[in-house]
Amino acid sequence: MYKKMALGLTLLLFLLTGAAIAAEEPKTGGILVFGRGGDSAGLDPAYETDGNSFMICDNIFDQLVLYADESTEIVPGLATSWDVSEDGKKYTFHLRKGVKFHDGTEMNADAVVFSLGRMMKEKNVKYHKADWKFPEEQPAAEYWLSMEMDELIESIEAKDNHTVVFNLKRVEAPFIANMGMDFAAIISPTAMQKYGRDFRANPVGTGSFKFVEWIKDDRIVLAANKEYWNGAPYLEKVIFRSIPDNSVRFLELKTGNIDICQFPNPEDIELAENDPTMKLVTQPGMNIGYLSFNHTKPLWQDKRIRKAFAHAINRKSIVDNIYYGLGTVAKNTIPPNMWSYNNDITPYAYDPEKAKGLLKEAGFYKKLKEAGQEKITLWSMPVPRPYNPNGMKVGEAMQADLKNVDIDVELVTFEWGTYLKRQRNQPEDMDLFQLGWTGDNGDPDNFLAVLLDGLADPNVRTQWKNEEYHDLIMKGKQALNKEDRTRIYREAQELIHEEVPLINIAHSLVVWPMKNRVMNFKLHPTASVRMHQVWLK
Amino acid sequence: MKRFIIHRLLSLIPTLLGISILVFFMIHLIPGDPAEMMLGERASEQSLKAVREQLGLDQPLYVQYGKFLGRLLQGDLGRALRTNENITTEIFDRFPATVELSLMAIIIATIIGMFAGIVSATRQYSIFDYLSMVGSLIGVSMPIFWLGLVLMIIFSVNLAWLPLSGRLSYHIQIETITNLYLVDSILTGNWAAFKNVLWHLILPAFTLSTIPMATISRITRSSMLEVLRQDYIRTAKAKGLAPWVVHYRHALKNAMIPIITVVGLQFGILLGGAILTETIFAWPGIGLWILNGVYARDFNAVQGGTMFIATVFVSINLVVDILYAWVNPRIKVS
Repeated sequence: MYKKMALGLTLLLFLLTGAAIAAEEPKTGGILVFGRGGDSAGLDPAYETDGNSFMICDNIFDQLVLYADESTEIVPGLATSWDVSEDGKKYTFHLRKGVKFHDGTEMNADAVVFSLGRMMKEKNVKYHKADWKFPEEQPAAEYWLSMEMDELIESIEAKDNHTVVFNLKRVEAPFIANMGMDFAAIISPTAMQKYGRDFRANPVGTGSFKFVEWIKDDRIVLAANKEYWNGAPYLEKVIFRSIPDNSVRFLELKTGNIDICQFPNPEDIELAENDPTMKLVTQPGMNIGYLSFNHTKPLWQDKRIRKAFAHAINRKSIVDNIYYGLGTVAKNTIPPNMWSYNNDITPYAYDPEKAKGLLKEAGFYKKLKEAGQEKITLWSMPVPRPYNPNGMKVGEAMQADLKNVDIDVELVTFEWGTYLKRQRNQPEDMDLFQLGWTGDNGDPDNFLAVLLDGLADPNVRTQWKNEEYHDLIMKGKQALNKEDRTRIYREAQELIHEEVPLINIAHSLVVWPMKNRVMNFKLHPTASVRMHQVWLK
Repeated sequence: MKRFIIHRLLSLIPTLLGISILVFFMIHLIPGDPAEMMLGERASEQSLKAVREQLGLDQPLYVQYGKFLGRLLQGDLGRALRTNENITTEIFDRFPATVELSLMAIIIATIIGMFAGIVSATRQYSIFDYLSMVGSLIGVSMPIFWLGLVLMIIFSVNLAWLPLSGRLSYHIQIETITNLYLVDSILTGNWAAFKNVLWHLILPAFTLSTIPMATISRITRSSMLEVLRQDYIRTAKAKGLAPWVVHYRHALKNAMIPIITVVGLQFGILLGGAILTETIFAWPGIGLWILNGVYARDFNAVQGGTMFIATVFVSINLVVDILYAWVNPRIKVS
């Protein structure tokens, strides 16, 4: 009885405080200082590749479509709506009217043609009225290249002042998600003509904040765009400070010189938890750290062996001890916050005995001897990655786990660039390798095709070749209806679970401490940092 | 004298050429491909090829070196691979910060180091001598990142006397002319900014000064000791001159030559970028920039940055050499 009452009271209190928080009116004004680990490389979204550049671009620019808060659902951005032709190869975007760039010029169809057309190899574009020349010497548009946009887009045409048509070379459902990525931001062509290559230090977009000042390796200052099409932001200014050392950055937060501390040391997170002036904001990262097999070697063709490895590795212990709990054990290759995530899958339990049984049944130890090997190699990354804080330590943990099932493992590593290069060739001396992936556009295809469809592309890191899987992925790309795609991708995840082409280890968790006065700051799965709705108490 | 200067200037050509070769090939010897680093997990053969072509990395090394040298002769350091920014601009955005920090550090190091060295020499084997020599040993061997953090925790977090990191508080505006903030704030008469900049300089400059300070105090001590044993010092003492006159007017002047050399060398080293100090104190200098370049295998940035620093270093040496020849006519072209 008392218990029930206590529970009821707690709930009531919770609801009341919740209501109080909800009722708190956002305040306008104030300067927010954001502490981050490094400076931006540049501020022209087409050519940047690093998070520190994108977090500024996220606030200065908009795309035709945007990702909803805390999810990768596509919502209207600079385009209010879009139609897809019946054959799925023609996308018509209807632009928002009356939107102005920060330099006062109009955002229109020609600006869209210019912004995206400048990255095309063959500039197959048509303006409505404008006559902007594309810059002759341009850096490599790495995201455009790596998302293979030249192989996808046939032409871009401005039909009238507020309608843009993208003609595609093939049906590709994830295309719309690509249009929400940073590289697809719409820039002011007038500013680009004015600044040329220096646009990267003088960015002009339509976003909720305007660029003010950049002191290299020190700070970038943004000011509110009061005429923002989606409502003026609450903050008056945002200052992004570069503070490379994690401990110093946290000390700056502690002393109140900054309001948000990006990428703290794991031990500082505990301190922040116990500090009454701070709070933690978390978000599961859109990533996966995995262990895969060299599928070009006969040794790894038997799925019983692969399943045995999945049972042999204690993933929970890896997440607890090496990720310091800042991650979740993965049962699927796509992260839980992505649509089509198959929650019905039961992960492989840590069970060394079962693993041993499977290995014996499949004759693994004999096969290993026949292959002339006494031990297997396990490649581990030499650098921390967003999906794996310490590849070598994870490798050591796996080495110990595999020793328990009587397998000797040799850890191998190279300098990072060499690691990536050699891994792509699937060399004979590589048995197992660790790698991972950070999602680009929130589309499941961006994980499932990129990581596992070896039949489609020789660049797929795992080089797993499975006809059934390939068919599913192709169907997923061509189905234009989201329900159909969800069904297809759920099926693909079941197939991955059954075939174990890779062992899903963990999705890392992003945790940023901040001062209590920072309100409504939400971390986004794509790692973008948006200040539009943030306010200070 | 004229012949000496011309000779020294001409000798700069092979030196700088040698440096350019060393710098270029050394950075290319480090394993790792900038295109691979930029694209990371998403690298494919096609995208790697396209990026390499764009960056000019698909050409043979000697062609790349030829282009680098060609540009260098025109005073153009090229564009950074990572940021696509003109390297000269990148350097001039950051070098003043390093100069300001290094100058402050070398001033602190020279004043404290020389004072400790002189006192140790004149009171050899006294408690002060032992203390200052132990102190200098600690100064040389103390890890900078540890010292920096400890100073921060004491003076910025607990006592709240000095700012933690950075070069200037965000609420202070400064009009930049030379990018040396102290100079700029004096030129524009902005005393609030001057004080703010000075306050920001104290901790990093002191942290950075510990190693040169220790070296300077040791050199001062040994050089002074040597001079103090000379006959003319005995003569001066025998004449009945006050000890401070003997020490400062007669001994120190002659003990100065090795000290000046060490101060000059140490300053040159500091100008190369105090990577650790700059990292801990979030000091936007050139050391941090070159380090990031090495991480990203940004060949152009590392080559350009190192070439610039080497030129500055060689030029400082040239000036010192000319000064020597001017002060001491016995130094000639040999």
